[in-house]
Amino acid sequence: MQADPQPASRMQWLFGAIALPAGWRLGAGPIVAALVLVVIVASALLAPLIVPHDPMTMDAVQRLKGPSEMYPLGTDAYGRDVLSRVVTGGRISLLIGIGAAVVSVLIGLLIGLVSGFFRTADAIIMRIMDSLMAIPSILLAIALVALNGPSIWSVMAAITIPEIPRVVRLVRSVVLSAREEPYVEAAIALGSSMPKILWQHLMPNTLAPLTVQGTYICASAILTEAILSFLGAGVSTEIPTWGNIMAEGRVYFQLKPSLIFWPGLMLSLCILSINLLGDTARDVLDPRLKKREA
Amino acid sequence: MLFKTRTFDEAANVLTITDLTVRLAGNPAAKPILDGISLQIREGETVCLVGESGSGKSVTSLAVMGLLPKGALEVAGGRIDLEGRNLLEFSPQAMRDMRASKISMIFQEPMTALNPVMRVGAQIEEVLDTHAKLPAREKKARVLDIMNQVHLPDVERIYRSYPHQLSGGQRQRIMIAMALILEPKLLIADEPTTALDVTTQQQILSLIAELQEKHGTAVLFITHDMGVVAEIADTVHVMQLGKLVEHAPVEELLRRPREDYTRRLLKSVPSLTPRAARPVPEGAPVISVDGLQKIYGSHGVFRKTKETLAASEVSFAIPKGRTLGIVGESGSGKSTVARCVMRLIDPTDGSIRVAEKEIAKLSRRELRPFRRHIQIVFQDPFRSLNPRWTVGRSLIEGPLNLGTDKDAAMARARELMKLVGLPDDAVDRYPHQFSGGQRQRIAIARAIAMEPDVLVADEAVSALDVSVQAQVLELLDELQAKLGIAILFITHDLRVAAQICDEVVVMQHGRVVEHDAAEKVLADPKHPYTRALIEAAPGRAWDFANFRELRTA
Repeated sequence: MQADPQPASRMQWLFGAIALPAGWRLGAGPIVAALVLVVIVASALLAPLIVPHDPMTMDAVQRLKGPSEMYPLGTDAYGRDVLSRVVTGGRISLLIGIGAAVVSVLIGLLIGLVSGFFRTADAIIMRIMDSLMAIPSILLAIALVALNGPSIWSVMAAITIPEIPRVVRLVRSVVLSAREEPYVEAAIALGSSMPKILWQHLMPNTLAPLTVQGTYICASAILTEAILSFLGAGVSTEIPTWGNIMAEGRVYFQLKPSLIFWPGLMLSLCILSINLLGDTARDVLDPRLKKREA
Repeated sequence: MLFKTRTFDEAANVLTITDLTVRLAGNPAAKPILDGISLQIREGETVCLVGESGSGKSVTSLAVMGLLPKGALEVAGGRIDLEGRNLLEFSPQAMRDMRASKISMIFQEPMTALNPVMRVGAQIEEVLDTHAKLPAREKKARVLDIMNQVHLPDVERIYRSYPHQLSGGQRQRIMIAMALILEPKLLIADEPTTALDVTTQQQILSLIAELQEKHGTAVLFITHDMGVVAEIADTVHVMQLGKLVEHAPVEELLRRPREDYTRRLLKSVPSLTPRAARPVPEGAPVISVDGLQKIYGSHGVFRKTKETLAASEVSFAIPKGRTLGIVGESGSGKSTVARCVMRLIDPTDGSIRVAEKEIAKLSRRELRPFRRHIQIVFQDPFRSLNPRWTVGRSLIEGPLNLGTDKDAAMARARELMKLVGLPDDAVDRYPHQFSGGQRQRIAIARAIAMEPDVLVADEAVSALDVSVQAQVLELLDELQAKLGIAILFITHDLRVAAQICDEVVVMQHGRVVEHDAAEKVLADPKHPYTRALIEAAPGRAWDFANFRELRTA
C-alpha cells in the first residue's frame, strides 16, 4: 500500500494510475504485429512517393505479366503494376478502418455516457440503438451507395452506423457499474455538475474497454470495406482499394491467382495484426485477466 | 464474564503446525508472509487466531487447507501435522480427499461461497457424494439430519431453496452444515460472523459451540473481533505481521496480556460504556429532520409494484458540535436515512433542514449550492476515492465547484492533510499508495474541505481494524472540537456508537424504536429490540481496555 511519492505527470493526470504490472513482458506476437502494422501504414502513407509506377496508368502491352524486375509482383488485366496498386490500395482501406473506428467510438462514447447516467434518456436511446443494430451493414451500404453514388463517405457511414450501438452498449455498461461507486456519490455531494462528473469521473473508466473495442471495429471495418468493394457496392472502381483489386482479379483468378493473393495477403496480415494488438491491449488493461493468468 | 475454562491437557492433538513459513512465490528475498508459525489445536478445543488485516491469519488457514494461491504464495518451510501426518507432503489428490472429510472450512461471506444456481440441499449432498457412496434415500436423510442439527426451520422447504431465498444467517447455517456433514476433525472458520448482524452472530456462535461439543470437533476460529474471542475461545493466538506474538488461554490473555502489541490491540477495543455527557450547546440545531419517509417501488409505470417502506417517521435534530448516532442492523433503514439526508436519494416525504434551509424538496440543480453545508464519509475507503485521481485533485474538487482559486484550494488541501495527520506531500500521490485508514483520513479531509456544518459518517469506521478505528474516531472527535461540526454517525456497532455519540437513535425495520441520550440508551434501554441488540454484543461484560470485568455490569 505504501510507496515512494510519485510526481503526477501530465499523462497520469489524464489517464490516471494505469500502470503495467511489475515484470510484465509482451510476447513476440504483439511485437511482430506492431512491426507489420507499422510497415503497412507507413507504406500506405508514403505510397505516392515510393511506388515504382502510377497505380492508374494502363499499359496494354504489359497485360497480365508475371513478376519481373520492372513489375515485382506482375501486372493486372490492364497492365497496371500490382505492387503499386496494392500499396496504394491500403490508403483507402486503412482510412476507412481507422475513420470508422474513431467516429463510431466518439459518437458511441457520448451517447453511452448520457444513456448510462440519465435513466429517462436511457430508455429511449437504447431502443433506438436496438433498431440500429438490426440494420445489416452490407445492406445499408448498398442502399447508401445506390442513393449517393459510390464514395468513401457512403462506405464509411454504412460501416460506422451499425457499429455505434455496440460502443454505446459497452460504454453504458461501464457507466452503469461505475456510477454506483462511492467516489461518484462523493462527487455529487461535493456539488460537481453532471457533465463534470460524467466526463471527469466516469469517462476515464471507459477508456480501456474502448481502446480494445476500437481495434476490433477498425479490423472489421477494413474487412467490410473489402467485401463491399468486392461486391461492387464500395468505393468507385477507379480508386484502388484492397477489395477493388481483388474484385477485378477475380475474373482472372484461374489464370493468375496472384492478382487476388497479394491484396488478400495484405488484408489478412493487416487484420491479424490489429486484432493481435487489440488482444494485447485487452490483457494489459484488464486487471481481472491479468490475475487469472497469475 | 464467564470465560471457557476447560483444560485440554489430556486431549489428543488434532492439528500441529510447526515453524510454518510462507513466502511470495519466486521471491526468496522478500520478507516472509508467515514467519515461523507454530500452534496446536486439541480435540474439542477452540483456538482463536486474532490480528489485524495483513497479519497472516487467513494465509495460515489457507495453508492448512492446502489452498494457497498457486504461483503467488508457497510454503517455504515447516510442517502441518493433522493426526500425525504432514499435510504438506500430500499430493493435491490426497489433499482433496482430506478436505471436507478431515478438515473443512466456513467463510466470511456465505452468499459468495454458495453456488447461486443450485438448490442448497443439492449442494450439501454434493459434499457427501465426493466422499462417500450412499443410496439416494439415505443421503437425503443425512442432509436433512445435519440441517436439523444446525437448527434450520422447515428443513424440507429449505432443502429445495436457492441461496438467494435464504437470509444471511440461514446461509451461514447451510455453510456450517456443509462443513460438518462429514464430521471432520478440524473446522476452520474464517471470520464466519463478520458479515452478519449482531443478533445473528450470537446465534451462529452458539451454534458452532454446540456442534463442537456434540462432535468433539477442533475449531480454528479466525477473527478480528475481541468480543467474539471473549465469547468463544479456549486458547487465543495473537498474530502480527506474519508472526505469532503471544498465545495463552483466553482469560489469561484478556486479564494479563504480556506483549505490548496485545495490550495495544486490547486497549483499542472501544468500550460499551458511553462517553461522558457533554452539555448541549445553545442555539438552533444545524440539521433537523422531521417525519422523513422513503418508500421504494411505489411508482411502477405499467404495474403496481410492492411498496417497501425503507424509512418512516424518522425525526431528529443535531446541535452544532454534537454527534448523533443511528444504530441498527442491516435493513433497518439507517443508510437510507443517511442517503436521504445527503439527497443522494430523494425522500418520499418529510422535511430536512440544513443550515436553516429546507432541502428535502429542492431539485438537484437548486440543491448544488447547499451541498457544501452537508458532507459524507463512506464505509469503504478503497472505493470512495477516484483511483485515477491524485489525492490533491480529489481534495480540491469541492472547493473548485464553489469557485475557489485552484492554487488557494491546493494550499488548503495541504493544510488539511496535516490536519488529518498525513504528510502534506500526500496530495501528489494516488489513493492506492495509502492504507485503508489513511484513505479514510483523506476522505474525511475531502469532506472537511467544504467547511460543512454537518458531516454524515456512513459506517465510516466499520471497514477498519480496531487500532485504526480508534485513531479515526479520535480524529473525528478532534475535528469536531476544532471546527464545531455536527456529526450524524451511522453504525451497526454499539461499541463505536458508545464512544462517539451524544445521542443515539435505534432503528428497526425503517422505524425509530428508541431515541435518547447515549448513556440512557446503552445503560437503560427501554425498547426490547435495543435490549436484544445490547445483549447480543459479544464480550459486553468485559472491559477490554482495562483488562478486567466491566464495573457496572
